[in-house]
Amino acid sequence: MIDIKYPIALGVTAALLVMPPAVTAGTKRAAVKAPTTKAKPAPAAAAVEKDAATLDFEKHRAEMEDASPAELFEAKGEDLWKSKRGLKNVSLAESCDLGSGIGVVGGAYVGMPRYFADADAVMDAERRIVWCMVEKQGFNFAEIAKKPFASGNSAPDQTSIVTYVAAQSRNMKIAVPLNDPRVRDVFETGKEVAAYRAGPYDFSCNTCHGSDGKRIRMQNLPNLSKPEGAIIGVQGWPGYRMTGGLMLTHQWRMNDCFRQQRFPEPKYASDVVTALLTYMIGTANGQLYKGPGIKR
Amino acid sequence: MADPMKIRATSKDGVTEVKVLMSHEMETGQRKDAAGAVVPAWFITDVTAQHNGKTVMQAEFGTSVAKNPYLSFKFKGGAKGDKIVVSWVDNKGDKRTDEGAIA
Ligand code: HEC
Repeated sequence: MIDIKYPIALGVTAALLVMPPAVTAGTKRAAVKAPTTKAKPAPAAAAVEKDAATLDFEKHRAEMEDASPAELFEAKGEDLWKSKRGLKNVSLAESCDLGSGIGVVGGAYVGMPRYFADADAVMDAERRIVWCMVEKQGFNFAEIAKKPFASGNSAPDQTSIVTYVAAQSRNMKIAVPLNDPRVRDVFETGKEVAAYRAGPYDFSCNTCHGSDGKRIRMQNLPNLSKPEGAIIGVQGWPGYRMTGGLMLTHQWRMNDCFRQQRFPEPKYASDVVTALLTYMIGTANGQLYKGPGIKR
Repeated sequence: MADPMKIRATSKDGVTEVKVLMSHEMETGQRKDAAGAVVPAWFITDVTAQHNGKTVMQAEFGTSVAKNPYLSFKFKGGAKGDKIVVSWVDNKGDKRTDEGAIA
């Protein structure tokens, strides 16, 4: 509760978004329905309901984006990027090349995934940052991979660094170098992964994200196979998730969708995640990236 | 130590709008952890904002305020370049003060 005592204040708004974090892991499983369900909702009613809720949420999101808590992680990430850390006591700013030269962060996020000769691999932003932390700063990969994403009351360092780096591409056009045959190859792999059906429900990413107008509960599912849908899947990541108040990366989104798909979760910073991100971000090429965002 | 706040302030037609983002867990004391133990309450109790050394806003926060709270308020006066200082104190006595300038 907010109790304003001071009379000079003319108007006060505070984020009264009380969305307590999931209490225990596993209790908040999404109730996912196969989107091919035969029951047809009464079309008019369903459409109206969806619009009202969507509009309401968008209004709320616009307010939140005005002062997104993602900025707190951005600030923390900047500090981490510039500090000497790890066994080798060097900063990423003086050792890490995100594609445009050592320490260059402006525009780097929208240019990844890309091929990095020093690692001889195509890497997405998070993977590249982790690679730099391990190779340049001397952090231990196994340690990082133990708790790779935010949960409870903590966000891993690389999440903040990714947020900082992503913010330096705010309002820039997505430009994954798909004309590089190595990147194109990974893109094609990602496209195949998105179409690969398996698991107890025989789901692929495309079951939920391969055509227009699908949704689960209140969530509209972007059609990742088209540029207009792919950008929705890219926009706002890394994102501050209001549910639980967690800062989460695009890699996290991939892992959580594998879980929704009833697949085993991929290993942290692995090829399959880079492939999916290359497919998705590459499909969104040429569109404007607005920077770290807010998710429900 | 707590992480820094983000403070943004803009002045227009004699009114200054201040937007503050605070980094805080804001634990309600109502949740239980995986082992079933209550997670102790931990939240900001008081927020104060000063413009050029004069208090222009004072608020009491409680457990219904979200994690990483966002607060915006307006006050009469303020000019470009003036200093805005915001401080908070939590129920454990931890505190944080940061400043920003009116743009
Ligand atoms: C069972 C259905 C289902 C499957 C299968 C699935 N997803 Fe999702 N996906 C969802 C849901 C539900 C959301 C969350 C929407 C929300 O929370 O707003 C989501 C969200 C996303 C988003 C973020 C969209 C946004 O608005 O930011 C991306 C990107 C994504 N999924 C990619 C994938 C990929 C890649 C795969 C395959 C590995 C996949 N999904 C498989 C249901 C699915």
